[in-house]
Amino acid sequence: MTSETLEQGATRALGGRARKMSTGRTGDRLFGLSAKGSGILLLAVMAAIAVFLIVKALPALRADKANFLTSQEWNPDAAQSRFGIAQLTFGTVLSSLLALILATPVAVGIALFIGFYAPRRLADGLGYVVDLLAAVPSIVYGLWGLQFFVPKMNGVATFLHDDFGWIPLFGGDTVGGQCILTASIVLAIMILPIISSITREVFLQVPRANVEAALALGATRWEVIRMAVLPFGRSGMISASMLGLGRALGETIAVALVLGTASGISLHLLKPGGNTFAANIANTFAMAGKIGQSALIASGLVLFVITLLVNMAARAVIARRKEFV
Amino acid sequence: MSTVNLAGPSGLRKFKDKLALVLVCAAFALAVIPLVTLLYTVIKNGAKRFDMEFFTHSMNAIGGRDAGGGAYHAIIGTIEQVGLASVISIPIGVLTAIYLVEYGGGGRLARVVTFFVDVMTGVPSIVSGLFVFAFWIALLGFEYMGFAGSLALSVLMLPTVVRAAEEMLKLVPNDLREASYALGVPRWRTICFVVLPTAFTGIITGVMLAVARVMGETAPLLMTVFVTTAINNDPFKGPQMSLPLFVWDQAQLPQQVAIDRAWAGALTLILFVMLLNLAARLIARLRKPVSR
Amino acid sequence: MAKRIEVSGLNAYYGKTRAIEDISMTIEPRSVTAFIGPSGCGKSTFLRTLNRMHEVIPGARVEGKVLLDETDLYGPGVDPVAVRRVVGMVFQRPNPFPTMSIYENVVAGLKLNGVRRKAQLDEIVEKSLRGANLWNEVKDRLGRPGAGLSGGQQQRLCIARAIAVEPQVLLMDEPCSALDPISTLAVEDLIAGLKDQYTIVIVTHNMQQAARVSDRTAFFNLAGPGKPGRMVEIDDTNKIFTNPGEKATEDYITGRFG
Repeated sequence: MTSETLEQGATRALGGRARKMSTGRTGDRLFGLSAKGSGILLLAVMAAIAVFLIVKALPALRADKANFLTSQEWNPDAAQSRFGIAQLTFGTVLSSLLALILATPVAVGIALFIGFYAPRRLADGLGYVVDLLAAVPSIVYGLWGLQFFVPKMNGVATFLHDDFGWIPLFGGDTVGGQCILTASIVLAIMILPIISSITREVFLQVPRANVEAALALGATRWEVIRMAVLPFGRSGMISASMLGLGRALGETIAVALVLGTASGISLHLLKPGGNTFAANIANTFAMAGKIGQSALIASGLVLFVITLLVNMAARAVIARRKEFV
Repeated sequence: MSTVNLAGPSGLRKFKDKLALVLVCAAFALAVIPLVTLLYTVIKNGAKRFDMEFFTHSMNAIGGRDAGGGAYHAIIGTIEQVGLASVISIPIGVLTAIYLVEYGGGGRLARVVTFFVDVMTGVPSIVSGLFVFAFWIALLGFEYMGFAGSLALSVLMLPTVVRAAEEMLKLVPNDLREASYALGVPRWRTICFVVLPTAFTGIITGVMLAVARVMGETAPLLMTVFVTTAINNDPFKGPQMSLPLFVWDQAQLPQQVAIDRAWAGALTLILFVMLLNLAARLIARLRKPVSR
Repeated sequence: MAKRIEVSGLNAYYGKTRAIEDISMTIEPRSVTAFIGPSGCGKSTFLRTLNRMHEVIPGARVEGKVLLDETDLYGPGVDPVAVRRVVGMVFQRPNPFPTMSIYENVVAGLKLNGVRRKAQLDEIVEKSLRGANLWNEVKDRLGRPGAGLSGGQQQRLCIARAIAVEPQVLLMDEPCSALDPISTLAVEDLIAGLKDQYTIVIVTHNMQQAARVSDRTAFFNLAGPGKPGRMVEIDDTNKIFTNPGEKATEDYITGRFG
């Protein structure tokens, strides 16, 4: 197929040259420039995102009578505009970190299962099954979470609260399904395929010779993994889970549907309520006034910066690893 | 002469090995449970309203309590918005990939672009919506429209397309390019008629996966296309519905008829996305490896 | 502690393909036995059946008996993990664990067996590295990555790692093929020193090496084009290289073949 293409291409190209010798030069310049221009356009878009968010966030930040960073209120459209991101930051970071803690061990387990435990023939198919989890749109996760999972979690929350309420995390006056724990579990399911597919790729690069060396020393399968696979894949796993964290931080719709909005900072994971940057924007944008929209844009800017930092850190870990190996 | 003890490692080591086996299998099962229950509930609940009326009617003049109604207006909107987003982001994405692989040569600009493509992959979808709102609607003064949604989706699609195309272009063996140069073919014609056709199916696969991904995006549409119950075929004028927004809208109503509509919408959406995914995998599988 | 190996009627398969056919031989303790023969004739496959590394490859299986002092390695109730603990192996390319230091590489196998006491580990590390003729070169940088050593040093590190667990038998799969002549000489000296304590089996493509280091030599060949590999003969190295019993062996060692 390729050689045919090559011949066709060459013939066509030669035809072009025969018509006009200079076509190549001008064409090359134009094509090269448009390719370069696309790359620059992409950079411009990234810059524009930052610039426009800042510009549109400023009016609200100026009008804000409360401390933007430490206030827990969110009343930007009131006569005395008062709003702050404290509880949004808290809810976002708490739910995402919880999701990360829940998802990472499972994701690494999946990667190990597919790479080292499942029959070789099935491995690709099983990988595809996990990738399907990534293909499900977040709105569908949200609907499933709200209609199917939240009712189930009502019972779980009550059980945890009744029997393990002495653990502060499970305490609180009221418990219910629309809580941070539910949101975190849904987020964990959503970031699972990202973490596991990157981890799987890293595991595929473990040199076969090292696996055999461990086997030849009389290591069990688990010991081979401990000795040759996990140390080799450590930085890969770290960056994979950080990319997952970045995704969880910015996830909007599923959280917005699952979480019952309530204000205030609380460590009680089972208490209905809590809020995140993204969910707050999705839930209140339509009703917001001018300053309200601007305030939401300001909170979006903070979210943008946080995810940017997390993602950059993840890439830096990957880059360092490339130099190392 | 003594015999060797080959009964296996100590109990503790064996136990750890078995424990790891159990845990790893359990991890996989844990991932499959949500997938299965999710697909099951979506299909079971979605089937109730998965009928002709759903695909031929809009929600115009149908309130949350009323039965009937459909997602025709939303499906139209999704197809147009995603189509426009593809028209914007595929050429730019592929050209950027061409720049990175064929022209950049590891230069400073190429490295910066590569870095920001990675960063862009991580932009939260709601942020891209806010950006388009701030730029297109608040600053330039346009109204809510389907095209604004397309712009927001393009921001999300672009890095995925660049990544996919870049990976595929890198797989094209260098001898092919050199063979073409040796025939006196200019560089851009080499790229257009030798390199791109060789990488074509791979790029298509990547693009289809990117389309499938943005098709399910809801968040950026909230502040760009708005919500409407009527059919609007013109993506450049006035609010336009989309399928994910339809689900979002109906899911928040308390009535069971609305919830059923949301499930049917979710089923439709999942079918779209899964079909695109499946088609992409099929193309990837049919693709012969680059022959040498 | 070195053991005798008796192989009888051994066949090895990759999926449906038979790689080696009906091999029987006795490998004497405290001696070096070399396997020679053309590429692809099953020497390495056979070697890997001796510590059950063959079955690590998906679809690979083995029929027949391998007795290590009366215990059948393929008998019921035998754990391949335990077999590999008793029959150590050194590979064609040096493969130290890239994430571990020199010290950690040597004790990797010991840690599996629950040796945790620092003093004991220190002692074994020194003993094994001395045994591998590497101690003087690395004693000041035991904490450095094993991957930072030269190829020859890495291979001796792998040998030290293998003998640290005090196996009964040491299998070497072309241990010098990736090394320069000086490193090769170092490894060969090491083999000569190790054979007092271990049963050593070495696969080599280099006939001079076989002649230099081994006491007994087995010649392997394909039964025919497209057919599985088999052992042609095994005898004292001197006899194989001066007066082989089979025509095929003579052709091979005199360079008329392969």
